[in-house]
Amino acid sequence: MKNFLIALLLILPTFAYAGEAKDLADDPVMERRMIDLAEKVRCLVCQSENVASSHSDWSNDVRQIMRDKMKAGASDQEIMDMLVERFGKSVLFDPPVDKETMPLWAAPFVMLLLGIVVLFFQLRKRRETVLQVSELTSEAQTRAANLLKEDNK
Amino acid sequence: MMRFILPFVVFLVLSVFLYIGLGRDPREVPSPLIDKPAPAFSLPLLHDAKKQFATEDMKGQVWLLNVWASWCGACKDEHPVLMDLAAQKIVPVMGLNYKDTREAGEAVLSKSGDPYALTIFDADGKVGFDYGVYGVPETYVIDKQGVIRDKIIGAVTPQNLRDRILPLVAELNKK
Repeated sequence: MKNFLIALLLILPTFAYAGEAKDLADDPVMERRMIDLAEKVRCLVCQSENVASSHSDWSNDVRQIMRDKMKAGASDQEIMDMLVERFGKSVLFDPPVDKETMPLWAAPFVMLLLGIVVLFFQLRKRRETVLQVSELTSEAQTRAANLLKEDNK
Repeated sequence: MMRFILPFVVFLVLSVFLYIGLGRDPREVPSPLIDKPAPAFSLPLLHDAKKQFATEDMKGQVWLLNVWASWCGACKDEHPVLMDLAAQKIVPVMGLNYKDTREAGEAVLSKSGDPYALTIFDADGKVGFDYGVYGVPETYVIDKQGVIRDKIIGAVTPQNLRDRILPLVAELNKK
């Protein structure tokens, strides 16, 4: 029964599968180019979803505008610049490295460095404690050995 | 002692960050258009398709551009606040009826009152797009030189009107 339920759960994602939002386009090559570009743009009204896969009204508009601009001969870069100009860098899923986004890009490395520093001090402290233990007097050592022997019986 | 203090300090720092994070709306994307010239446009009015509104007409005045639609829920919340503001005659509020139909837009205004000096009709949302509108309602504060000075994403409330919009309008009017 349990296995059956697990199998059922495994099938679930195939039902939940949703394709990219479909739009009618007369030019499949341009449509492909538009979708590729739209995948790099964040849907501002849905969070953590790109414009290519979002069905929101705003994303539909952005895709339509991309199509119009492409028909008018705009390059991908020009379209991206136009979007950034209006909605800010946060519309890009992959924001450029510059003064404003530097903290964002640097944060993981700062965290890593912090982790290494903490680890270093922890390990050093542990070594010191280990050293202290071996610095027991011979009397204490025999006592400890006896206790351990008793324990093992 | 250190082994107790350190985790506690980490906990405190984390708490402060999380607390700040709680108060922030992730949907509120700071507009890159602030302190930039408001995109110029010319569009017909909602009530009269033959008449046009152009951003040029507002040169020399501080004004608000309020983006709204009949299908937008939060617009109904801010409507009485805008009615109050209109009655005080402090600053002209231009409505931008965004991605709406004339009938639906006009029905709202005739039913619950019209707080706008003029209502501009942006049927396909092209002007809204140029202004970086992604969630209605949005309100722009535009100065005498036609520069966007602030953008309120979401409803105008008595609080943000008192603490944010009106002080800015007063300051801009002095210039």
